[in-house]
Amino acid sequence: MHERRLAHVYGWLLLLPAAVLLVAFTHYPTVATLYDSLFSTATRLRPSTFVGLDNYRALGADPVFWQVVQNNFWFAVGTVPASIALAIAMALWVNGRLPGRALVRMAYFTPTVLPMIAVANIWLFFYTPEIGLLDKLVAAFGGSSHNWLGDPSTVLTCIIAMTIWKEAGFFMIFYLAALQSISPELREAATVEGASRWYYFRRILFPLLMPTTLFVLINALINAFKLVDHLFILTKGGPDNASNLLLYYIYEAAFSFFDTAYAATLTAVLLGFLAVMAVSQFFLFDRRIHYR
Amino acid sequence: MTSRLRRQFLGIAVAMGIGCGLGPLAALPASAATELTMYYPIAVGGPLTKVIDGLVADFQKEHPDIKVKAVYAGNYNDARIKALAAHKAGQPAQLSVLFSIDIYELIEQDLIYAFDDIVSTAEEKAWLKAFYPALMENGTYKGKVYGIPFQRSTIVMYYNKDAFKEAGLDPNHPPATWQEMVDMGRKLVKKDASGNISRWGVMIPSTGYPYWMFGALTMQNGQVLMNPDGNVTHFGDPAVVGALEYWVDLSKKHKVMPEGTVEWGTLRQNFLEGKTAMMWHSTGNLTAVKNNAKFDFGVAMLPASKRRGTPTGGGNFYIFKKSTPEERKAALTFIKWMTDPERTAKWSIATGYIGTRPDAYKTKLLSDYVVKFPPAAVARDQLEFATAELSTYQTGRVRKLLDDAIQAALTGGKTPKEALGSAQAQAERLLKPYR
Repeated sequence: MHERRLAHVYGWLLLLPAAVLLVAFTHYPTVATLYDSLFSTATRLRPSTFVGLDNYRALGADPVFWQVVQNNFWFAVGTVPASIALAIAMALWVNGRLPGRALVRMAYFTPTVLPMIAVANIWLFFYTPEIGLLDKLVAAFGGSSHNWLGDPSTVLTCIIAMTIWKEAGFFMIFYLAALQSISPELREAATVEGASRWYYFRRILFPLLMPTTLFVLINALINAFKLVDHLFILTKGGPDNASNLLLYYIYEAAFSFFDTAYAATLTAVLLGFLAVMAVSQFFLFDRRIHYR
Repeated sequence: MTSRLRRQFLGIAVAMGIGCGLGPLAALPASAATELTMYYPIAVGGPLTKVIDGLVADFQKEHPDIKVKAVYAGNYNDARIKALAAHKAGQPAQLSVLFSIDIYELIEQDLIYAFDDIVSTAEEKAWLKAFYPALMENGTYKGKVYGIPFQRSTIVMYYNKDAFKEAGLDPNHPPATWQEMVDMGRKLVKKDASGNISRWGVMIPSTGYPYWMFGALTMQNGQVLMNPDGNVTHFGDPAVVGALEYWVDLSKKHKVMPEGTVEWGTLRQNFLEGKTAMMWHSTGNLTAVKNNAKFDFGVAMLPASKRRGTPTGGGNFYIFKKSTPEERKAALTFIKWMTDPERTAKWSIATGYIGTRPDAYKTKLLSDYVVKFPPAAVARDQLEFATAELSTYQTGRVRKLLDDAIQAALTGGKTPKEALGSAQAQAERLLKPYR
């Protein structure tokens, strides 16, 4: 009996360091955010008061919020499948035997190593009308100049393209690792059976990669909500909120408007989104994935 | 850590000194320990941090009893966030250079002192009146001075004299009216063989600080954007709508400016590469343009519709409430030193920012410079027509409302009237509680 209690204490002690960090930096802020979202923002003239769900009602009536949610949806739809597909293609490519393989791998991985702010500064000049790389390319083929970031109909696509470029190399690494652990015998057996390369990929390779895909998918989806560094440099969410994303809007509410209560409300909504996504991924996909 | 140790040690030394009746001896180290932290922003290109560091080093040489730690804090937004965060974290800066339009926010949060409450001698009181009145508008609230102008700018028009000659225009006659800017702009637009435009007539930046550029257009059209108390905006006024219509027409109707928004950050590069014959930009770019332009360029006041006009812009010195009386005195000494005519002249030449006081232009340094390089005087001469920059209570929100409205109109999402009408209605709702 005494020994069992000791083991109990011992277990809790082992958990303690991680638990303290989690509670201090994840759970407490989460709860505090939810709590703060029920109060009004305090100023020296008007102290904070309990307003119930008023902040959430204001959120529902805020057209910018709905636009931001919509943008974020398209941003996720645009970046997640494309960067995963590109990552698989690149991994398959550099997994094969080809001269200068290390060089190609490094080249694909380079965008991941660069800081987002630096990347955005480079791409800002790619997209600049008249003097930018993109416009010069278009001009070389006889096209006319386009104001890529200044046009609401192209700005989000521009940002999606840059994000895919930045992310795909990172996901490639995971796929590459997974591919290397797949036994070459499978490939030989498939060839003996007369399976085409596409059939081999579709029925053998891709299913075996599913655990990696789940991991990458979760990361990509989280990144779709988390990555906003480039907005500071490229567009500041403009023109007229056409490229504004949820997290950037939270930043604006908190640090440009100093409306901490509204920022807390927005954060609560973002947390809700992420929680629903994570839970549904694990419950829906997990059952259909074959772990070896 | 070492500085804290040293301060503790000094404290002990002082206590012992007093205890031993060595009053005069103790007074020395006590005044030697004033340390100040200052955050400052930089919003235009160029190695301005070096200039500030140089100035601070010069100050220390003359005032070994005051130690100033100048911290570069990014752009205006970043600087405000950092200063406020440091304040909340209990390690406040005693003074900072922050956006001149942050004043209502800082007052509402009760963070800053009015300089009128800190100055004591007649000389210091006179110092408060030494600056150009237009530069004091954004720093004054209910008759008291809260911000001392430092890195202040107006908008000016840079134009490419070579392009003017090429288009058959007089390079010494930049457009003085809206109509002239359109007419000349049309002649300055250059197309290549396949009909693509290789040079635009004019570019007015509409990202970053669209409301600022717009403040110039509306004033030229005879209307300011807000009242001096910062609780009423005039976005829906017909003159304001007219100003936005003109801006939109520059691209949609007259085809002298590219459609969509024009990027603030890359505009200078566009101008330097000859992709636009004229640009509206901060005077803070003057020295950078001067050093990098490979063509002959001119600087002019902005053109007029009903009158000339520009908002002032840039950063002011503020003194924060979380400070001891000694620190405030030291901060005042520092600010006075930084804004004295000689330093103002040096700073203005190094950056292109306006010399903030008339007597700076009487120093040999600056008066010689202006003779050699006349564009340096344009911003000063334009101050006569200048007004305050958009600044209200809830300034971040109100500013974004206007920015969004401008961008919506420029990108064709809404008509100027619709866009400004809805911005005005929302600003009304935000500002009503402050009346």
